[in-house]
Amino acid sequence: MAELTPFQTVGPFFAICLSEPGCAFIAGQNVVGRHLTIEGTVRDGAGAVVSDALVEIWQANAAGRYAHPDDHQPKALDSHFSGYGRAPTDAAGRFCVETVMPGRVPGPDDALQAPHLLLGILARGILTRLVTRVYFDEEPSTSEDPILALVPAERRSTLIAKRTGENEYRFDLVLQGDGETVFFDV
Amino acid sequence: MAGETYRRPRDDVHPPRDFPGYRSTALRHPRQALVLIPQTLSELTGPVYGHGSVSDADRDLTNRGHGEPLGERIIVEGRVTDEDGRPVRDSLVELWQANAAGRYAHRVDQHNAPLDPNFTGAGRAVTDDSGRYRFLTIKPGAYPWLNHANAWRPAHIHLSLWGPCFLTRLVTQMYFPGDPLLALDPIYNSVPDPRGRERLISAFDLSLTQPEFALGYRFDIVLRGRQATPMETHHG
Repeated sequence: MAELTPFQTVGPFFAICLSEPGCAFIAGQNVVGRHLTIEGTVRDGAGAVVSDALVEIWQANAAGRYAHPDDHQPKALDSHFSGYGRAPTDAAGRFCVETVMPGRVPGPDDALQAPHLLLGILARGILTRLVTRVYFDEEPSTSEDPILALVPAERRSTLIAKRTGENEYRFDLVLQGDGETVFFDV
Repeated sequence: MAGETYRRPRDDVHPPRDFPGYRSTALRHPRQALVLIPQTLSELTGPVYGHGSVSDADRDLTNRGHGEPLGERIIVEGRVTDEDGRPVRDSLVELWQANAAGRYAHRVDQHNAPLDPNFTGAGRAVTDDSGRYRFLTIKPGAYPWLNHANAWRPAHIHLSLWGPCFLTRLVTQMYFPGDPLLALDPIYNSVPDPRGRERLISAFDLSLTQPEFALGYRFDIVLRGRQATPMETHHG
């Protein structure tokens, strides 16, 4: 068996290749679904903002279908929607995502998962990518999500975006310390 | 629906999140244990690029200006496979690096070395049917950083790949054989397994080398593979 190539940090200079400044613009106006904006700040263990992080997003479309050949669900694809975006943080550690609310997708033992985004976080000082999920408050299925149920109850709130407006949400990432975001071993 | 899951890497494959020798990890690693979750359809899918936007010119980093960039031309070629040796086809490989003087074309880089107007240091390629990718670029220079006294990064090239799904994502760095700075570099040495560190060093390859033109370096990349037995999760 071939041995894996190890991870290395993305370093501070990825922007010359991996990202353009500004929001991860995942869904344009012609994409079907409830359009929303997620904004947040990335902070380190001293509470300082992380201004050189890259947040990568992967999600299903509004119907709960992934734009990927291994998703064979009989649900509609949206030709305008790839489900993927990249959001570099700015000087204030902020990132934002403009997208649509994802539909529900199957989880373990065919239990439906609540609407969620997958996030991968890369930065100087992060040697191996960190992986987390964004769920949504006021979304009834969030409380019965089979993956969220695996997270200690007192830490689940770190994975739930707070609704701050009709279609606006806030989701902060805390890499370490008080309110540390839950990161997953996948 | 995606059925087969992906093998989980051994603990000594990837760097630990807290590595005291690399100072920036101190406040940027979670203290709580990662929460182990099953691989669901969400993790077993991932971004599929529209490759129409990647042209052959994108993998030539020497064609970006009005003239040739300064430095030693090199060819970087390799195969991307999974752990079972199967080629990872039609997959985007993104590359970025410092110029020959050890300076990145990035506003944050304050190293007092010259920028090269003919070198941006960014390129993209797509793997072919055998998983092969190839770049023409310039050998990057070493550069100082502030991690510790008299700290220098060995010459390296950053590479970013997605592979078939969210779980196969890899961001890594390719180094050059025989570099005396490797033994002193905390980022390189954060990889626990010495054989893993060796896999980050490209191999000089005379068969890739083009006479009167450029030296060739081979850098093969292995992404996570699927496991045949038994399934962690059940999809309908």
